[in-house]
Amino acid sequence: MAGMSKAQIGGILARQGILIAFALFIIGFTLANEKFLSADNVLSVVRSSAILGVMALGVTFVVISGNLDLSVGSMMSFSTIVVLDLHDKVGPAIAIPLMFAMTIALGALIGFLVGYLKLNSLIVTLGMLSAIHGLTLTYSGGKNMDIVDKQGTWFSVFGQGTALGIPVPIIMFLLVAAFLGLVLARTPFGRKVYAVGGNGTAATFSGIPRARTVFYCYVISAACVATAGLIQASRSMGSQNTVGQGLELEVLAAVILGGASLLGGSGTIFKTLIGVLILGFIQNGLLLVGLQFYVQFVVTWVIIILAVWLDIAAKRGKFWSTIA
Amino acid sequence: MQAGKLSTYLSKGAIWGFIVLELIFFSVAGEFLSITDKAFMDIDNMLLLLKQSAPIGIIAIGMTIIMINGNIDLSVGAIFALSGIILLDSMTWPIFAGLGNWVIPVSWLLALLTGITLGFINGLIVWKTGVDAFIVTLGSMLGYRGLVFMYNGENPTSHLNWTLVDFAELEFLGLHTATWFLLIVTAIIWFIMTRTVHGRNAYAIGDNREAAVNAGIRVGPHMLINFMIIGFLAALSAVVFYSESGSVNPNDGQLYELWVITAVVLGGTKLTGGAGSIISTFGGVIAIQLLRKGLGHIGADTSTVNLVIGIILIAVLILDRQLNAKGKEELKI
Repeated sequence: MAGMSKAQIGGILARQGILIAFALFIIGFTLANEKFLSADNVLSVVRSSAILGVMALGVTFVVISGNLDLSVGSMMSFSTIVVLDLHDKVGPAIAIPLMFAMTIALGALIGFLVGYLKLNSLIVTLGMLSAIHGLTLTYSGGKNMDIVDKQGTWFSVFGQGTALGIPVPIIMFLLVAAFLGLVLARTPFGRKVYAVGGNGTAATFSGIPRARTVFYCYVISAACVATAGLIQASRSMGSQNTVGQGLELEVLAAVILGGASLLGGSGTIFKTLIGVLILGFIQNGLLLVGLQFYVQFVVTWVIIILAVWLDIAAKRGKFWSTIA
Repeated sequence: MQAGKLSTYLSKGAIWGFIVLELIFFSVAGEFLSITDKAFMDIDNMLLLLKQSAPIGIIAIGMTIIMINGNIDLSVGAIFALSGIILLDSMTWPIFAGLGNWVIPVSWLLALLTGITLGFINGLIVWKTGVDAFIVTLGSMLGYRGLVFMYNGENPTSHLNWTLVDFAELEFLGLHTATWFLLIVTAIIWFIMTRTVHGRNAYAIGDNREAAVNAGIRVGPHMLINFMIIGFLAALSAVVFYSESGSVNPNDGQLYELWVITAVVLGGTKLTGGAGSIISTFGGVIAIQLLRKGLGHIGADTSTVNLVIGIILIAVLILDRQLNAKGKEELKI
């Protein structure tokens, strides 16, 4: 490709470095356990990644806009508890939109604080993590939620159903990914998200509404969280208050593994999809070869650092060269 | 008085004003709502509060340096837990069997070395790879927690050494051992940050990294040392806490980073680096602990405490923004 700078080529090499590492990983696990690449296993990995994946798609918007969202885990707990509670009170047809409205309202609040008041997103969402957790506990009175009549409701379809032989969570995940992918890559709004994350001041001067764009990123993120909460609630038909605790880290890990820069301005939905799958397959592979569940934390850590290191090594000569 | 001066004064002294407000509020509210008939401002209660502030406080003091530097450390909770495990478990290792009570300083040393090593790993990665500290420590938060779980599965690691418990419960001049540790750490780090070259460099790097490099400050090694300091302090906090409790759960220390960062931000340290004060962080720690204890005193449960802490954190950010935005030209949207 003509006209490509050295840094761009380096960036592509770095990105492929991760894909190559991922491929080696897959080959290794396939050799270690022939079940690894079976259709059943692949399907089950993607299915169990759907909840994390949907959340990561939304957070991708937030990260590209140059911000962070640490509150998605406790927000997911919130939407799960709310939809389970409302299910028995008003029925699923009303419960689902109500839950979406409440979750999106929380997202809008964060969007207002970060976008319009220009507060630091790390601290705002750290505070919201705590506040929403408190809200969830207050809402549920500290008790676990359960759907009373588990057999007599169509609510289970989102988490447990299949269509054309494909689990519904996978279909929802891919639909959301396709839609958000289009929004990010093909709409004026998507271009604004990149512009705001790339250089907020320049974007403002060129007439892009920075505050509004950031605001909508958090709304999108919250809508994704609500979708994840719906899948989670429907899959388990009952839940604890802490179901989403710690998920924000895995979500961020997936987004970063996919290659979105925390400095904002770069990343795509497709890359995040890859990041989610890498995380899912690593966890699954480690379990299949009989390693402890906890080892995956350590492996994930090493892989995140390597991924970001590669990325930065490719972009060297800019910001980070100032580190002596 | 100029507007700029007034706002500086307000934001610097805000934390102490906040503490006074809290004291008044909980004393008054406690009269009507308290679940016990003891007064909130009871001297024993306040001494206990200081003691209970120590684990979070000691780490928060370290976090202040990291944040003045323009970095952040999210792995402190995991370092806390892992150091605690090493502390308690090493006392039962067969090679130390003949040591008797001399095993205590050995275990302390091992626990502190664990913290320093984990901090060293964080710092080295930040320095050598240039990866943002947020990502590095986010990763090691997962990684170190993985190590914690690998150590003993989901079982707690327990070992109660009564000599150690006696030491932890000692009172000297009316203050508990843990309180002394907090005060001494605060004093030493305050001295480092205000009276030494290392401290001055920390502010310089946080303020403008490029300028600091040009001024000949070795930014990488400097940050490495700071990460080792916070690793040490997280381990010290574990030493202080687990000497008395004697049992580490693999989930211990989770959300510590939230409490610690909240305390530091309440104390007025800027996330962008270059500004902050150890004494104000100490105030932030006391304010947080007062809030937790006060809300408990008037019968609020954990959920309310979480809710209030979150809201206060955001309110402080808004207030801080309002105070600091005055006089500066803001880009209109």
